[in-house]
Amino acid sequence: MDATTKKQLQTIACKVRMGVIEGTFNAKSGHPGGSLSISDLLTYLYFAKMHVDPSQPEMAGRDRLVLSKGHCAPALYSVLAQRGFFSYDELKSLRHIGAMLQGHPCIHTPGVDMSSGSLGQGISAACGMALAGKLDNTAYKVYTVLGDGEVEEGQVWEAAMFASHYKLDNLIAIVDNNGLQIDGPISEVCSPEPITDKFTAFGWHVIIMDAHDFDSIEAAFDEAETIVGKPVAIIQKSVKGKGVSYMENQVGWHGKAPNKEEYDQAMSELNAKLSELEG
Amino acid sequence: MADVIKKATRESYGEVLVELAEEYPNLVVLDADLAAATKTGIFKKAYPEKFFDCGIAEANMMGVAAGLATAGKIPFASTFAMFAAGRAYEIVRNSIGYPHLNVKIGATHAGISVGEDGATHQCNEDIALMRTIPGMTIINPADDVEAKAAVRAAVEIDGPVYLRFGRLAAPVFNDAENYKFELGKGVTLRNGSDVTIVATGLMVAESIKAAKQLEAEGIDARVINIHTIKPLDKDIICKAAAETGLIVTVEEHSVIGGLGSAVAEAVTECNPVPVIKIGVNDEYGHSGPAVDLLKEFGLCADNIASTVKKAVSKRK
Repeated sequence: MDATTKKQLQTIACKVRMGVIEGTFNAKSGHPGGSLSISDLLTYLYFAKMHVDPSQPEMAGRDRLVLSKGHCAPALYSVLAQRGFFSYDELKSLRHIGAMLQGHPCIHTPGVDMSSGSLGQGISAACGMALAGKLDNTAYKVYTVLGDGEVEEGQVWEAAMFASHYKLDNLIAIVDNNGLQIDGPISEVCSPEPITDKFTAFGWHVIIMDAHDFDSIEAAFDEAETIVGKPVAIIQKSVKGKGVSYMENQVGWHGKAPNKEEYDQAMSELNAKLSELEG
Repeated sequence: MADVIKKATRESYGEVLVELAEEYPNLVVLDADLAAATKTGIFKKAYPEKFFDCGIAEANMMGVAAGLATAGKIPFASTFAMFAAGRAYEIVRNSIGYPHLNVKIGATHAGISVGEDGATHQCNEDIALMRTIPGMTIINPADDVEAKAAVRAAVEIDGPVYLRFGRLAAPVFNDAENYKFELGKGVTLRNGSDVTIVATGLMVAESIKAAKQLEAEGIDARVINIHTIKPLDKDIICKAAAETGLIVTVEEHSVIGGLGSAVAEAVTECNPVPVIKIGVNDEYGHSGPAVDLLKEFGLCADNIASTVKKAVSKRK
């Protein structure tokens, strides 16, 4: 990836993180940790990869993304706002009564391809979308983002079996492997590891990616495009809370909103980063 | 008496899917390793390229159906009622109901008439479960003619539909030539002024038989067939409550949450009259031949007639 593109993506990702903090702070609830760990991924997908048009959110041939780990909606909303699907101000009413932005993604929100949030379900819907693409001989890709805790759900493996059986090579599942779930480290709660071996055993092509390095992200998705006849799982090694010092690798920030002081600190850190990138 | 043709509504389902495939190029069928039993196997044979077996994985099947629907397909997802409404309930609720996707759920082997397989496979709770999902249409056809018409009606509406079919061959009493299916409309099969029997599915034919028995005993029973349980035809129910003052509901389903509950809920709002519920009384079924089980659980003309008789005499 050239330096200019990388810097552009880093800048957008920083703004996406600010939106995550803005949203969860105003909502006084929500899931900042896992949202920050997928901010670079979603930035890359919506700004460098996916064929989407904010003026036609339901365009037939668009690429689709199902946020199977739907609780990380703040990141999706923030990236959709940056991409122009709706105004950044919507983030300020996230989770409020009467607001467009629901606590978990709703298909009726512009840019949101599927309602999700009950874990394990998004990947099945993504399989259905990918199958429809195959039936219609359309070239669109379907991306679905799962949590590493989420893959403890049995339905994920039903879907994994289905995707490889039907050779859904237009489906790319990204597992956000930040190692933490609500009750603690995934290895201690009820370990889903080895996640890579499991996807391999289910007939998927597996790629490991550094979730916070755009060169690694680009390489992973370039490799994914070359795979024919099987679905691709990208295991992204990420840091929960990435980009906000006091949230990084802290399980306590899975589902807690920053207070005013914490909000100010997070915004100040992200603003400093932004100045550095734009400077 | 002329021989009555009997046919299981699951058979009708499989056949009509084949007919619809030509008219609706976006129609696809999913099953979870039960194609031979749900009769989607008939479709599979005719349109193998539009049939997708999901294996024994009903939760994923419902999610795949949802995804297909977002891309403009009209998926029919089929398995036994126990797994469609029971096992996959939360997926149906969150991935199909909440986004209000155009998925048709073809649930076969509903109720106690599953027979020998016993309690684990006899789903007497599916109507109750599906009724709680906002925007879900529920159709429980009574015979072959109605089942085919119901599937056609389901394809024509944009939104989730739960179609309930039976394993047991049911008498065909509707006339294919003249039958018109109106979604959400009850059908008065017999007029009467003493009492109204409101029945659904397999119990409709039994209720007609019961009404004939009652006639011989001087009781004039109205019989209403409710094929669409949701949205319920409240008008026909409330009119019957007002005109006959007594309602007996009959369903091959638990008395909790099904047709009887829906009717009672409607009647208490518009014209409170006694509603006696015939169904499975908060218990599990067990193994045995379907016809014997139906008798044992009171899901037969004789018990309908005697229950109605008792209720009518109690009122007098």
